[in-house]
Amino acid sequence: MSILLDGETKVIVQGITGREGGFHTEQMQEVGTKVVGGTSPGKGGATHLGVPVFNTVADAVEATGANASGIFVPAPFAADAIMEAAAAGITLIVCITEGIPIQDMIRVKDFLRGYPRARLIGANCPGLITPGQAKIGIIPQRITSPGHVGLVSRSGTLTYEVASALSAAEMGQSTIVGIGGDPVLGLTFSDVVQLFEKDPATTHLVLIGEIGGSDEERAAELLARGSRLKAVAFISGRTAPEGKRMGHAGAIISGNRGTAKSKEEAFRRAGVEVAETTDEIVGMLR
Amino acid sequence: MKLLEYQAKEVLASLGIAIPPGAVARSPDEAAGAFRRLGPVAVKAQVPVGGRGKAGGIKLARSEEEARRAAEQIIGMHIKDFKVPLVYCESALDIAREIYVGFTVDRDARANVLLLSARGGMDIEQVAEESPEAIARLHPNPWRGPLDFELTQLVYDADLGDIARPLIALIKKLYRAIPDCDALTAEINPLVVTKGGEVVAGDAKLEVDDNAMWRRKDLEQKYGAVLEADPYEVEAKKRALTYVSLDGDIGIIGNGAGLCMGTLDLVQRAGGSPANFCDIGGGAKAEVVENALAVILMNPKVKGVLINVFGGITRGDEVAKGVITARDNLNMKVPLVVRLSGTHEEEGREILKEHGIEPGVSGWEAAKKIVELTGAGVSR
Repeated sequence: MSILLDGETKVIVQGITGREGGFHTEQMQEVGTKVVGGTSPGKGGATHLGVPVFNTVADAVEATGANASGIFVPAPFAADAIMEAAAAGITLIVCITEGIPIQDMIRVKDFLRGYPRARLIGANCPGLITPGQAKIGIIPQRITSPGHVGLVSRSGTLTYEVASALSAAEMGQSTIVGIGGDPVLGLTFSDVVQLFEKDPATTHLVLIGEIGGSDEERAAELLARGSRLKAVAFISGRTAPEGKRMGHAGAIISGNRGTAKSKEEAFRRAGVEVAETTDEIVGMLR
Repeated sequence: MKLLEYQAKEVLASLGIAIPPGAVARSPDEAAGAFRRLGPVAVKAQVPVGGRGKAGGIKLARSEEEARRAAEQIIGMHIKDFKVPLVYCESALDIAREIYVGFTVDRDARANVLLLSARGGMDIEQVAEESPEAIARLHPNPWRGPLDFELTQLVYDADLGDIARPLIALIKKLYRAIPDCDALTAEINPLVVTKGGEVVAGDAKLEVDDNAMWRRKDLEQKYGAVLEADPYEVEAKKRALTYVSLDGDIGIIGNGAGLCMGTLDLVQRAGGSPANFCDIGGGAKAEVVENALAVILMNPKVKGVLINVFGGITRGDEVAKGVITARDNLNMKVPLVVRLSGTHEEEGREILKEHGIEPGVSGWEAAKKIVELTGAGVSR
């Protein structure tokens, strides 16, 4: 078992004929992901990487019955691509694209209220992987292994670092979800924690947060109300100064809000162990 | 991109909002000239941070000589991290009352929120903390913007019904900064109601989304380069790097924002003090590493550099070769520790060792090593 994604999920790639889209489609196929097609307006009818290419997502869904999509289109077109996927009936939309204007994402979030079955992951995220079964996005499968730890994170490389340490310690993962570094996102920590809570295959939980916003605090409140998962949290950005964006558009402390300290304290109050370095996470999970 | 007050006011004026007469001055002579044209003025430091008044960055000038002297004192002074590049000389207003109006991104609601309060001229964060009921809020639909009846409710909620009409007209104009400029935050504090009943922007803040610059080229061209911020940040921007200057003496390069922030935390935990944040993104290409090192080494305070690269698909041996080339091209003299992980990581570490660079296996070990080599702090 897993959350959101497994070997039966039928995936299309929006922007499959692009350099990034093509490269990562091959990687996704290597894991075993059921990639059933892709879209690229104007290239409908072609075959790329062994799968059919369609002009629109609606055409792709009609022909293939796809229920998930990975979006690799450039930032100016990404918001529209997300809405196109939702309108076509896709229920798992994973947007890898970085640099989407925040006002576009605010409109997207409002649009998605009309499609309650559509779940968006990202944007500006590495996507998700259910090790040994399927992935949508760019998380390197080499560092993952199947198991029972649920991992949810706002960071890309830090996720890889932790997944790699878990795999080395023979602690496999049920599903790894990178929710992304933007201030206005699809699924939040809380959303993903709730999914892990319901997944019988997941027994442990690692949350990797960072400065900015209050999604970590909300997830901590949720966990404080009772959880069957053994959880460890890590927050990056303790040394980040106020008012500066640290790489991610969403990684910014505003006044006294969004600090690493506030997030760490929220997790401790919820009875979640907080790791000081990523190296400590494995030991704390045992 | 945070605009300076005069720039924000130019944008507001272009949206049809009234602003007081004013002029930018880059020298005491120009400030004197502004006085001759405008009469008594407030001479205001132009920096993209709050707290100018307290820092002595705003002075009233009742004569040409006072305007000159004020500009002399203010231009070049430091307010927080910024050196004041110029002043804005602005006519005083005939104030009847002061209001707060603005909008920002409400991250929790994943929406914009319009804020209105009768308590203008004060720090709004403080108002929010002490008497949250004094701030009226509206989350407008992002596709159609605020409707008249919603704004009417907002104005009455803020106890400002007596000036509903001019206020609603003003908020509609201000809201245009979202669809027209990709503004993330705008603030008019105070919004001055003059004794003549006009509403005029007394101060203005505006932040435009960096992610939207591709469709706001006009704003970037007009306002992107004026600010003389940190010289390393300026250089980093030219080289398209994601870079933030910090106070310490250990240069940091990481791939990925979270990993890079985490590396800063590790260095501090090891007793060191990071000189910067620098995220070189995914592939860790040789050219990007060299650009990052070049910017970091511009800073004479830097006593050593730590590079932390977690390569998923990136090959460790290629990263190692790139780092060595960059070091040699830049004739780097200070200690360098490289932590790399990824495919071919063992070969990568061997290559580093052969070229006299300390390889680190984990981020934490690498952080301790660079702190030790730069003699900064206590090792644990």
